[in-house]
Amino acid sequence: MIADVAAAVVQVLVVGLGAPLLVGALRTLKARLVGRRGPRLWQPYADLRKLLGKEVVVSTTTSWVFRATPYVLVATMLVTALIVPVTVARPPLAFAGNIILLVYLFMLGTFFLALAGLDAGSAFGGMGSSREVAIAALAEPTVIVAVFALALRADTIDLGRVVERFGREPWLAANPAHLLAFAAFFIVMLAETGRLPVDNPATHLELTMIHEAMVLEYSGRYLALVEWAGAMKLFLFMALLANLFVPWGLTGAVGPGPMLVGLLALAGKLAVLVCAVAVLETTVAKLRLFRVPELLAGSFALAFLSLMAVILVR
Amino acid sequence: MFRQLRTALRVGIVTEPVARGEIERIGTRLASEIARLFGRSLAIRQVDAGSCNGCELEIAGLTGPHYDLERFGVHFVASPRHADCLLVTGPVTRNMAEALRRTWQATPDPKFVVAVGDCGRDGGIFRGSYAVVGGVADVVPVDAVIPGCPPSPAALLGGLLEAIGRPR
Amino acid sequence: MDRLAYGLAALVGLAATALGGYGLAGGVGAIRLAWLVPLGGLELTLDPLGGFFLALIGFTAMPASIYAMGSSPGERRDRFAYLVFVLSMCLVPLAANTMTFAITWELMSLASYFLVLHDRESKASIHAGWVYAVMTHAGLACLLAGMLLLGAWTGSPRFEDWRAAAPALSGTARNAAFALLALGFAGKAGVIPLHVWLPLAHPAAPSHVSALMSGVMIKLGVYGLLRVSLDWLGVGPAWWGVAILVAGAASSVIGVLYALVEHDLKRLLAFHSIENIGIILLGLGSAVLYHGAGLSAPALLGLAAALYHTINHAAFKALLFLGAGAVVHATATRNMEEMGGLIKRMPWTAACFLVGSAAIAALPPLNGFVSEWLTFVVLFQSRHLDAVGLNLVFILGIASLALTGGLAMACFVKAFGITFLALPRSDAAARAHEAPVTMRLAMVALAAACVALGLGPTLVIPALGAVAASVLGTAPPATVGDWLTLRVSGGYASLSTLAIAVALAVSLLVPLVALPLVRASRRTRDYETWGCGRIVQTARMEYTATAFAYPFKRVFDFFYRPTKHLDIEFHPESRFFVERIEYENPARSIFDDWLYRPALDVLRAGARAARTLQSGSANLYLAYILAALLLMLVLA
Repeated sequence: MIADVAAAVVQVLVVGLGAPLLVGALRTLKARLVGRRGPRLWQPYADLRKLLGKEVVVSTTTSWVFRATPYVLVATMLVTALIVPVTVARPPLAFAGNIILLVYLFMLGTFFLALAGLDAGSAFGGMGSSREVAIAALAEPTVIVAVFALALRADTIDLGRVVERFGREPWLAANPAHLLAFAAFFIVMLAETGRLPVDNPATHLELTMIHEAMVLEYSGRYLALVEWAGAMKLFLFMALLANLFVPWGLTGAVGPGPMLVGLLALAGKLAVLVCAVAVLETTVAKLRLFRVPELLAGSFALAFLSLMAVILVR
Repeated sequence: MFRQLRTALRVGIVTEPVARGEIERIGTRLASEIARLFGRSLAIRQVDAGSCNGCELEIAGLTGPHYDLERFGVHFVASPRHADCLLVTGPVTRNMAEALRRTWQATPDPKFVVAVGDCGRDGGIFRGSYAVVGGVADVVPVDAVIPGCPPSPAALLGGLLEAIGRPR
Repeated sequence: MDRLAYGLAALVGLAATALGGYGLAGGVGAIRLAWLVPLGGLELTLDPLGGFFLALIGFTAMPASIYAMGSSPGERRDRFAYLVFVLSMCLVPLAANTMTFAITWELMSLASYFLVLHDRESKASIHAGWVYAVMTHAGLACLLAGMLLLGAWTGSPRFEDWRAAAPALSGTARNAAFALLALGFAGKAGVIPLHVWLPLAHPAAPSHVSALMSGVMIKLGVYGLLRVSLDWLGVGPAWWGVAILVAGAASSVIGVLYALVEHDLKRLLAFHSIENIGIILLGLGSAVLYHGAGLSAPALLGLAAALYHTINHAAFKALLFLGAGAVVHATATRNMEEMGGLIKRMPWTAACFLVGSAAIAALPPLNGFVSEWLTFVVLFQSRHLDAVGLNLVFILGIASLALTGGLAMACFVKAFGITFLALPRSDAAARAHEAPVTMRLAMVALAAACVALGLGPTLVIPALGAVAASVLGTAPPATVGDWLTLRVSGGYASLSTLAIAVALAVSLLVPLVALPLVRASRRTRDYETWGCGRIVQTARMEYTATAFAYPFKRVFDFFYRPTKHLDIEFHPESRFFVERIEYENPARSIFDDWLYRPALDVLRAGARAARTLQSGSANLYLAYILAALLLMLVLA
């Protein structure tokens, strides 16, 4: 019992404190790849610290939904952190949910953020909300079908059991169904966390924004919470991608030793993913908005092929 | 895609070291306070108050690989709600005066304003024109001015760093 | 005194809930009055499935009636029709033979027809009533044909006798009966492509009636489909389940696609009813297929998922319709483009509508999420099926359900956001007032029900499992986890919405506690929305519902086939100055264009051809009589 509580606290701390580091690493690597020195690795921590010291300017048009949204975002991410296998295969809330719950928990955050974008009554916010929910809706079939492909092979949708089951199969990486599902999930990760080629997180042109447009009205501590929740979403998506498809280093045991091993393994996997995303973001241009559904349809095709591969081989 | 990667890896990092900067302090706020608050992380919202865009071109060079503003923890933002510093260019034209005021009001405290160029200081070559209010300080409280017409990116960088207390 | 009818209806609802609960708990009863009507007499029987639907009707009728007490009383005709409507709906699940079923069904349809037609002046209402009457009676014709045929083949009009005699019937007979009955019930349920009456009738009726029609009446179509596919005809061939599943997948996606581009708040909700019926049918179709394949545990789960979504939809759809009714009552318009900012003027309604929106968007930990999750798990159980064709059908179902979930969330961001948030877009919205106490009471009760159904699946599912077991004739399922966690088919999946809700609540407190600890600034300042320094900021600068739906119209334009109307008024002095631009981008219904219009054209052509029979010539009529006489002599 104490071990479970301690594991929960450690997992939340890893996600909460590690997420800005992940974002910082991504930014620095992207800068280095275009010949700049770039910000330091821990720049996002400094940004958050500074934001906490600023006042909050709230628009008179908004309602309690606008003020509640940063807290809802952080809450959903913290709860998700307790369900996703980050350092151990069976995190404390694993009994409470599975992959389908994760998809809908992320949607809870998106729902409130989209409402907050509409709440300010500006055209930018509404535009961001409209685009964001369109992309989230179109990405969902891919995720569920990819999840079904995984569930068919692992015989369960419980995340911890999937990780354990895949961990016992060393020749996993060569399985074509697995690779196809990984590719589909990777594209969905880019879409949901607002990375290139779907959305440019560093753009200043409002007409090209999707996620950023919804947070234009936030300032001070609210902005700090929203940015932190966004970083946690990236961290959790990458952790999910890493641990679900490459579950080396994760064991079912709960204790300081296994958790440390899991943490180191996660750090290695995340480093690889960060490099891949950084290279992709520096070399690929942002897609026109109405090309994004084509990209998502392509990822759905990949997920469907993965599922077919599993069914026909059975 | 790979051609760019190869170029990047071959050329490497081209960022130049920064020269010492100078600014004129008009100062409604103590330099030490600005340095304490924003020394490690600064968000700048650039406001074009009727500028000829010469200063904008120089500012745009700041985010490139040679001057690389981001290595000091400074970055540009789109919304004044996210900003700590307003970088105002241009003699404030009558059409943009109210917009500049509203932008300043929309920025959360603590904030400071840096006027860029001779136009920002007192109207520059447009001083006295019927269309110009004349200098950013006539519209919003200004903390520092970076003179020049236009100031080079190196001067801009040095001036900004001087403003937040990071000379090197 | 004029609200007495609604009070009586609420009491009827209470009685129905009690009786239904008794039936759910396993109590049975029967009333038989053989002399009352011909062809078998009036016969009412209570069994677990009937009890479930009876409890559902009562549970939804109570808040709707309380709500109606707060709204304007309406004419005597409407109040009487409402009472008859509630009473007849309560009797349908109890009907035990053809005649009783037909009488109660027709009473229900007629009462709701009068309620749909409550605004007798407007052409739209009259058209809505007309389409509704035609579709309902076409469905009734199919139902009667199917039931009378079954009665003739099995020799008895009683449903119990059909259950016993069904295995003896030939395959074609059962297929024919299934086809007719399923068509009739599907029309009532609003399944694509028989859905055209739903988006017309639901907005035309007053809100408490729409709540009942959407929440309960279309569920009686589901009740009928359940009886037909699993109860009266025994185990059928695979195409029954496939048809239901495919119809469910199509309804869920098409329903939500049409809802996305709607600006009429109540029409939007009506299309969402179609979508949710689709989700229920996904669970039902899976149950039928698993039952046919002999997999009893997944079949039980599928049926339980369908029943759970039935009750969840009743709860949140009634809530949404009552909320929409309050909004329409306050702003005198159904058009979302004229609303906005209502959250500040109607805070209770807004909060309840938000709970309903989150529930229908299947967000955890509310009830919509639990039943959609359960439906997903049921669809995933197709791993036990070997036929690749069946697996493909299930994959279609899974992809449809996933797409529906995402699109429903998008649609309710639009519905809640445009209606309640930001600035009012018209004077009426700026002057809106909060709903009266009775309306608020009804809405809060339903919102509480949504939360309770979401947090308590561990209590609801065993009860539903027992109902499902009684229908399928198998043993009730083994324990599905403990009070906290729901466990499905031995470690395949587990869910604990209570734990998630507690975790979310605690996590909401974490920033509240942590921010003062890190000495975050507490200063707040109010200022206008950032508009790029623009001097004039009005409600005209907000995003509109048309704009919000535009990405979807673009992506799915092969389905919507939108047309563009652009009307520009220039200044009389010069074409360089524009006075007014009116832009409309309506979607066309492919069912109207490709299915109903051609069908009606064929019907009209046939009627025109048949008119030649009525020539008016007495000699020709005498010739007809002679021919008919000769024919009868030959056949006899």
